[in-house]
Amino acid sequence: MSFPWAKQYTPSHPFMKWMDERLPVPRLVYNAVGGGYEVPRNLNYFWNFGFLAGLCLVLQIVTGIVMAMHYAANTEVAFDTIEHTVRDVNWGWMMRYAHANGASAFFVVIYVHIFRGFYFGSYKAPREMVWLLGVVIFLLMMATAFMGYVLPWGQMSFWGAKVITGLFSAIPLVGEPLQQWLLGGFAPDNAALNRFFSLHYLLPFVIVGVVILHIWALHIPGSSNPTGVEVKSESDTVPFYPYYVAKDGWAIGVFAILYCAMVFFAPNYLGHPDNYIPANPMSTPAHIVPEWYFWPFYAILRAFTQDFFFIPAKLMGVLAMFGAILVWFFLPWLDKSPIRSSSYRPVYKWFFVVLCLDMLVLFYCGGAAAEEPYVMISQIAALYYFAHFLIILPIVSAIEKPKPLPFSITEAVLGKDEDAKLEPTA
Amino acid sequence: MARILSILVGLFFTVALVWSFGVGFYTWATEPAQPTAEHEFHEHPKHVSFASDGPFGTFDKQQLQRGFQVYQQVCAACHALKHVAFRDLEKIGYNEPEVKAIAAQFQIPKYDEMTGMVETVEGTPTDYFPPVMYAGQGSPPDLSLITKARHDGGPYVYSLLTGYQDQPAELLEHFPDAKTPDGLYYNPYFPNLNLAMPAPLMEDMVTYSDGTPATVDQMAKDVSAFLIWTAEPTMDKRKQTGWPILGFLLFATILGYMSYRNIWANKKH
Repeated sequence: MSFPWAKQYTPSHPFMKWMDERLPVPRLVYNAVGGGYEVPRNLNYFWNFGFLAGLCLVLQIVTGIVMAMHYAANTEVAFDTIEHTVRDVNWGWMMRYAHANGASAFFVVIYVHIFRGFYFGSYKAPREMVWLLGVVIFLLMMATAFMGYVLPWGQMSFWGAKVITGLFSAIPLVGEPLQQWLLGGFAPDNAALNRFFSLHYLLPFVIVGVVILHIWALHIPGSSNPTGVEVKSESDTVPFYPYYVAKDGWAIGVFAILYCAMVFFAPNYLGHPDNYIPANPMSTPAHIVPEWYFWPFYAILRAFTQDFFFIPAKLMGVLAMFGAILVWFFLPWLDKSPIRSSSYRPVYKWFFVVLCLDMLVLFYCGGAAAEEPYVMISQIAALYYFAHFLIILPIVSAIEKPKPLPFSITEAVLGKDEDAKLEPTA
Repeated sequence: MARILSILVGLFFTVALVWSFGVGFYTWATEPAQPTAEHEFHEHPKHVSFASDGPFGTFDKQQLQRGFQVYQQVCAACHALKHVAFRDLEKIGYNEPEVKAIAAQFQIPKYDEMTGMVETVEGTPTDYFPPVMYAGQGSPPDLSLITKARHDGGPYVYSLLTGYQDQPAELLEHFPDAKTPDGLYYNPYFPNLNLAMPAPLMEDMVTYSDGTPATVDQMAKDVSAFLIWTAEPTMDKRKQTGWPILGFLLFATILGYMSYRNIWANKKH
């Protein structure tokens, strides 16, 4: 997309002219993340997280490829090859910790990015496709992270794989054969480890593909902004380069400091000690928990403890866990409010705050042992989660009286916009 | 229409949750959970500090060597150390001839391709600590990663080694079924309170080459420090690498912030 006032790519060097006529990659870059992409001038720091997510993806692919050079997907030696990498390969410990903590960093960034979307209504027309592709990326990320965690073949790898693939057995009729087909056996073993490695290597590149579509779809209407008012004139925007390159640049610095602090000074803090015990199918860990980024959804899975009419509790849990993410696909049509930014939605804003707290409660319960009172707390929290998206949001968006919006981004920033006088007053 | 459907789906999940919650709450209110001996008497590791603690901590090589002595003379009877090679011992201050001498004290099983037999030969620095043939009850875990494989690993090992005691009378009074079975030993720092390993350390069991008095507390501390090292021999390097990187990033971030301020100086936003 470009607004009429966006700068055009005009190569001056003969080589760039030659290139532009044959394969206009520089033009593509210029229009995507250069001077040719006009961006609202009022983006706050929450808009840095998209760029950071892209950085995390690159980081994971680079460190992951190096890890794969020293890894062997074989249940006999998988655990030992990781230890070999960490102990004997030059800088192997750094690659390993960078990759393991990189996954956590990626999820931190992506959760902020998603909740930014919730608050500022980034999923609304005309950006539904951006949102839908984003949810696809999130699902792919979850699959990739889950399979990556299985690769070291520690206790949590094995039992996590067993629990998660066991969920498929809850599906009526085809569940059991489906689970065995997915695992290539009756329990996670060499066949499962090999296909998980294969897919763990493949899916990041699928994510790259969907990210390209995500950015392409974004650039059709252009970036949203904190007021939710669409761009009207040249004074509403600044070119991506140099303005947002500079802003993203220093945000990368802050991110890198926090990330490196984890990698170099607390690399095992987010991991589980049990994964330093080699997988043992004969010994079940006391508490099987997934990695922290799955905790909210794990809490939802475990919240369904009773059969509901003819539906077994386990199936309910599985439906709810997947439903909790799939519901995001419907968000653009559940939220009918024409107002994008929750800053101008006095009622919904507070429900958003409750949703954030609710996610934190689910997060805590998902990491805790499956015992009371955590199960009861997660039941209430899960109840709010579903009520929020499926009941509260559609109703609130129908009855809420929004606050007056600024005429334009320029007015929101400068307090006045000369063009506003030209509009007939309502 | 979409709205009605959504509310119906929402009600489906919320009612199911209310039902689950109701049953759970009723059970919880009417049948209070029975306390267990593990729950009441298990203790978190004692507070103990190591030279390698914290972002500035580095290994105390003298202590690691003492810890290695304890491992070699006590633990190695039952516990293997498969991820550690003899050559790694140079990192805790032994010189090459010393490492060669240590390696030669171990018998390494080697497969002979010519005869098809497994024969044991003297270890060399490139060999890893050999498997331990253990004939008794239980299965002593490999210790290479033990301090990473337990919460609060270093203090855990120290607490376990110094935590053996008689079973408290109070425990037997409230949980008569939880009496430590024959062949197991009571230790409140072990998750289920009873383990197959008897208290391994006794006063002056080891004669430290640096003359440090070998109290049980000292040996437990030293071997815990050694096992923190075996779990991550690269820890010192990790921390030493981290500081300059953080320093550089801080510098780069400040520059980045200044250039951001400079570029946006005339643009209100």
